[in-house]
Amino acid sequence: MAEHFVQPPNWEVWITLYFFLAGIAGGSYTLATMLRLWGSPRDEATARVAFMWAFPLAVVCGILLTIDLGKPLRFWHMLINTTPGSVGLNFKPWSPISLGSWALLLFSLFAFVSFLEVMTKRGNDRNVSGGMIVWNILGSIVALFLASYTGVVLSVSNQPVWSDSYAIGGLFVASALSASAAFLAFMSRFRADDALATEARLEAADGWFVCLELIMIIAFFVTLSNAGQLWRETAPPWLIGWILIFASFIPSLRTIASGGRVRYSASGGAVAATRVLAGTGTGAIIVIVGVLILRFVVIYSAQYQ
Amino acid sequence: MPEQVGFFTDTSICIGCKACEVACKEWNQLPGDPPKFLDGFDNTGKLDAQNYRHVKFIDLVPESPNIITGNGAAWLMMSDICKHCTNASCMEVCPTNAIVKTEYNTVYIQPEVCNGCRDCMSACPYGVIGFNEQAGVVSKCTFCYDRLQANMTPACAKACPTQSIQFGALSDLHKKADARLAALQAQGYDKAQLYGRNDSVYGGLGAFFLLMDKPEVYNLPNAQNAKLPSRNNAKGYLGAFLTAAVGVLAGLIAIRQNSDESQRSA
Repeated sequence: MAEHFVQPPNWEVWITLYFFLAGIAGGSYTLATMLRLWGSPRDEATARVAFMWAFPLAVVCGILLTIDLGKPLRFWHMLINTTPGSVGLNFKPWSPISLGSWALLLFSLFAFVSFLEVMTKRGNDRNVSGGMIVWNILGSIVALFLASYTGVVLSVSNQPVWSDSYAIGGLFVASALSASAAFLAFMSRFRADDALATEARLEAADGWFVCLELIMIIAFFVTLSNAGQLWRETAPPWLIGWILIFASFIPSLRTIASGGRVRYSASGGAVAATRVLAGTGTGAIIVIVGVLILRFVVIYSAQYQ
Repeated sequence: MPEQVGFFTDTSICIGCKACEVACKEWNQLPGDPPKFLDGFDNTGKLDAQNYRHVKFIDLVPESPNIITGNGAAWLMMSDICKHCTNASCMEVCPTNAIVKTEYNTVYIQPEVCNGCRDCMSACPYGVIGFNEQAGVVSKCTFCYDRLQANMTPACAKACPTQSIQFGALSDLHKKADARLAALQAQGYDKAQLYGRNDSVYGGLGAFFLLMDKPEVYNLPNAQNAKLPSRNNAKGYLGAFLTAAVGVLAGLIAIRQNSDESQRSA
């Protein structure tokens, strides 16, 4: 059984929000690329929404990280070593925070270019250049790293719960994809009619992401159990959180239970999607809130008992 | 190159007077936290940014009224401090490289480099590092780096009246510790053991201890639990990579499947 005598780093609201929004920024960028690569031309509208959101979210992520520092004006010390006699770049691949700082910077660059691309496009122009597709694919690799490394930051510590499980990185990326799919499905509601089909596709994808998230939660619990630390997650305040998290899966699991497929019918020349999911937008919001609670429970349960 | 220095803390002769705490606060100008009134005369509670030394009072006095002489095990006292690990967890994770090894092989936090991210606090297995709210950076025992540079003994060792805290060249301290352990064991103190003398704990400790019981009794991780944070790097990233790969595959299936149907029905 693992024994811990460590102090908590007091990572609280800013870090929780950063982990949450970094997941949505990275997940949205990845899903937008997937829609461009494998979706129909109609999905381009939602892909643009995702690219439009990814960059502002990355900026907010940087602000949240900076606010959380004890010395916010020294945020650049993450990248530049100011040790007298050792001035140069700070790059420690074995330190997830160091790697993540560079990843956030790099992702911001990818997101910024994609943001400019969609902002300068004309409304009905659905053509995407080959160069931009390559850019999106490379950006998605960084985006997935951004969505997942936050979990590895927690695992690479000596805190109880965090260091007792190596599944948190996987759990965070699965939940980030789920929240992003729900976020884009929700946002696509405010687009033109042909975004309705995309919304349904994203809801179907979200169902599978939630299943993946469920598997990673089981892996998280099993690793904690092996370390004799599962009791920390099942203590009363956190148990309520887990109940809410599992409850947030219900809309997505209903999609899967309904066959996980969306039925389409042609009507008046336009394609309309028959939503298997409740289709009110509430489902998407529940999924997103559930992912926020997940970040909250994992971060706080290790620090406060 | 200066010789590697260390602290040898012999807990068997600690009397809990806290002169080390006071001397440390005086020299390092630490105002301290508001006093706590805890068990066994402990009024500092733990190591943090205001307490670089902390005398632990471990109450093992049995509840039974028939108390016998405890061979030093009934009420254990230990002057705790940063261990100045050879392989330091805090230094491993620090993204700003604010935590460095000095020329004396001690672990030192550069206050002008640290930006207060507090990752080191989550990594230190001994709960040594604290966040200084006023300064906005983390801090801990400096091994009196300024005194070392002036060829002076660190304040805590200088003040210790029983020589429970001994300062010197690490190799000399190892010999003293071995001799003291042998003497105690010859007197029948079977549980006496050295902690951090060899490399079984974080590659060896610059501040090592003679304990009168198991490390866990003193809230110290034993060799089995003394692990570096980086142990989870490969497994953590691999888990994330595999999950991301499955996620992309699931997204591909969901998007392609429904996209095909959409195009067919259109």
